[in-house]
Amino acid sequence: MCWRLRKLMTRQNLVLTTLLAPVTLFLGVFFLLPLVIIGLFSILSPGLYGGVEWSFYHWNYGRIFGWADGIDEIFEPIYLQILLRSLGFAAMTVVLSLLLCYPVAFWVSRLSPKTRLFFLFLVTLPFFSSLVVRLYAWLLILKPSGLLNSALMGIGVISQPLEILYTPAAVVLGMVYIMVPFMFLPLYSAVDNLDRALIEASMDLGANRIQTFFKVILPQTLPGIMGGAVIVFIPSVGNFIVPDLLGGARGLMIGNLVEQQFLSARNWPFGAALSMIIMSVVLLVLLSSLGRAKKAGV
Amino acid sequence: MASLEIRAARRHFVTPEGGRVAALDGIDLTVGANEFVTLLGPSGCGKTTLLRAISGFEALDSGSIRLDGTDLAALPPFKRPVNTVFQSYALFSHMSVARNVGYALEVRGVDRKAREAAVESALAKVGLTGMGGRRPNQLSGGQRQRVALARSIVAEPRLLLLDEPLSALDRNLRQQMQIELKTLQSRLGIAFVFVTHDQEEALTMSDRIVVMRAGRIEQIGTPREIYRHPRTRFVAEFIGETNLFHATVDRIEGAQALARTAQGVEMLLPATGLRRGQAVTAVLRPADFSLADQGIAGRVTRAVYLGSDLQLYVQPDAGGEEIRVTARDGANAPATGAAVHLSYAPEAAHVLEAA
Ligand SMILES: Nc1ncnc2c1ncn2[C@@H]1O[C@H](COP(=O)(O)OP(=O)(O)OP(=O)(O)O)[C@@H](O)[C@H]1O
Ligand SMILES: [Mg+2]
Repeated sequence: MCWRLRKLMTRQNLVLTTLLAPVTLFLGVFFLLPLVIIGLFSILSPGLYGGVEWSFYHWNYGRIFGWADGIDEIFEPIYLQILLRSLGFAAMTVVLSLLLCYPVAFWVSRLSPKTRLFFLFLVTLPFFSSLVVRLYAWLLILKPSGLLNSALMGIGVISQPLEILYTPAAVVLGMVYIMVPFMFLPLYSAVDNLDRALIEASMDLGANRIQTFFKVILPQTLPGIMGGAVIVFIPSVGNFIVPDLLGGARGLMIGNLVEQQFLSARNWPFGAALSMIIMSVVLLVLLSSLGRAKKAGV
Repeated sequence: MASLEIRAARRHFVTPEGGRVAALDGIDLTVGANEFVTLLGPSGCGKTTLLRAISGFEALDSGSIRLDGTDLAALPPFKRPVNTVFQSYALFSHMSVARNVGYALEVRGVDRKAREAAVESALAKVGLTGMGGRRPNQLSGGQRQRVALARSIVAEPRLLLLDEPLSALDRNLRQQMQIELKTLQSRLGIAFVFVTHDQEEALTMSDRIVVMRAGRIEQIGTPREIYRHPRTRFVAEFIGETNLFHATVDRIEGAQALARTAQGVEMLLPATGLRRGQAVTAVLRPADFSLADQGIAGRVTRAVYLGSDLQLYVQPDAGGEEIRVTARDGANAPATGAAVHLSYAPEAAHVLEAA
C-alpha cells in the first residue's frame, strides 16, 4: 500500500513537472536570463560603439555613487541625486493617486450596480489608446499657449501663462494620470469587500466617524492600499516616457539615464549598472514598507 | 422602573420595485431595566429594523424611543448607551481578541491599565480567559460569538441588543449559549432585547415575548401567556404546535360551555365570556389530549416517533381537520389505523379573543 502510494506520488510529481516545465522554461528564458545578462554587463567595460568588452570593470557602479569615472577623484553624486529625485517623484505619484482614488473608490462602491460597472469601464478606457498619444494630449493642455493656460487667462484667474510644462510638477501630473487606473482597481476591490457591519459595529461601540476611519476602515482596506502603492511605485521609479515628453531638464528621471546609456551614449555597461541599482533600491523600499505594514498588523 | 420606551414607532422602506413596505407600523413597547425581552416573528416582520432604530442606524418616520427618559432621536449611534451583538459577529479581523473586546473602552480614551482589567473580566464572564492574544480567525464559531458578546458588554451598556446571535451555531452549542446568555443577563442586571425566529429559544429564555407580524405587535406576554393564552390565531400557530377548532357555542352550564364544530364534534370549553350561539376558535396543544375510553372518536392516520414521545395524527370520525396529539411511546401505544378516543381537561382549552 505504502509502496503504491509512493508510486502514485512520484507519478503525480512527474505529471506536475511535465505540466509546469513549459512555464518554468518560459520564465527562465524570458525573465531570468535578461536579468542575468544585465547583471553581467554591469561589471564589464563598455565597447567603443556600444556593446561590451569582455573584461571586468567596476567603475560603472563607482560612477553612480559619485566617483566620476574614477579618474579625477571628484565626488559628484549627480546620478544619486537623479535616483533620489526619481524615488521622490514615484512616492509623490503614489501619494497623489492614492488621495485621488481612495474617496472615489468609496463613492463608486455605493453606486447602483449598473452605474458602477459603467464607471469601472471608464477607468479602464485609457488602456484602449496609445500612451504616447495621451501624453501628447497633456503636452497640448499644459503648454504656455495650451488649453489650461488659455482657459485660466480667459476667465481672468491669471494674467501670465503658468509654467507647468517641463517642470517636475508636469512629470508627477503625467505619472499620476497614467497610474490612476492601477491604483484604483486594487483600492476599489478592497473597499468593495469591506464589510459594512464592521463600520456599524465600530460606531455601535462608541467610535465616532474619524475613529472608525482610522481604527477600522483604513486597516481593513490596507491590503488594497499596499497593493495599489506597489503597483504604482515600481513602474513610476523607472518611468522614462513621461519625463521625456513633459519633464525637460529639471524633470529628468533615472529611467531617462538608462535609456540614454543604451540608445544614445552607447554605454551599455553603465546603463546596466543603473538598471541594477534601480532594481535593488525598489526592492529595498518595498521590503521595508511591507515589513512595516506587517508589523502594523495587517 | 421603565428603561426603554418605544411609542408609536413607524418606519417604511421603498423597495427597488417602487413599492412601500411598512417595516414598523406603529410599535409600542416598554422594556424594564432588567428584563429579557424577545422579539419573535416571521422573516421580514421588522425585528431587525426595530433593533436598528434603537441602536440608531435607522431613523424613525415618526414616534419616539426613550431610554431612561432621554429621547434617543438626536443621538448618533456612537453616543447611545446601547450595544449590539451582530448576527455575523462583525469582529475586527485585524485586531487581537483582547483589542476587539477592549474597543469600546479604547475609543472612549480609557487608559491601558483599566482597559486590560476590564477586558480580562469581560473575557472571564464569557469563559474565554487566556484567549485575548488570538486573532478572531483562530477561534471557533462559538468562541467568536462569545468574543462578540464580551465586546458588547465591556462598556457596561444599559441595554444590549442581540440580533439572532445564536442562529449560526449548531444545536448543542446553541442550547448551551441560551443558558449562558440568560445567566449573564441576570448577573449584569441590564435589559436585553433579543431577536430570534426560533420559538423554542424565545420560550426558554425570555421574561416577555413580543410577537411581531408585518411591522405590528401581535401580542406581548410572558412565555406562558403567549403559549397558553394566544390572543390571535397567528400567535397560536406561530408558537408551538396547535390544534384549532372552529365551533359554535350550544349551551352554557356553570363554568363550562358546550360547543359544536361544523362537523358535529362536541367540545367542552371554559365558559368565561362566552354567549350562546357565539362562533369561537379554540386552541388545544398536542399535549393537552390524552387517550381515553371516551371523548372525540377518531382513527390514527400517522404515528411519528419523537424519542420518548409519539406524535399521533388523529382523523376524527365526524370529519374535520386532523388532530395532533402527543402520546407516550410504549408497549400499548396505538399504531397507525387504530381507533382511539381523545379527551382533554376543559380548562386546558383556550378560546381566541380574535379569529
Ligand atoms: N434597507 C432596506 N431597504 C428596503 N427595504 C428594507 C430595508 N431594510 C428592511 N427592509 C424591508 O423591511 C421589512 C422588515 O425587514 P427586517 O430586516 O426588519 O425584517 P426581520 O424581521 O429582521 O426579518 P428576518 O427574520 O428575515 O431577519 C422587510 O420587508 C424588508 O424587506
Ligand atoms: Mg433580521
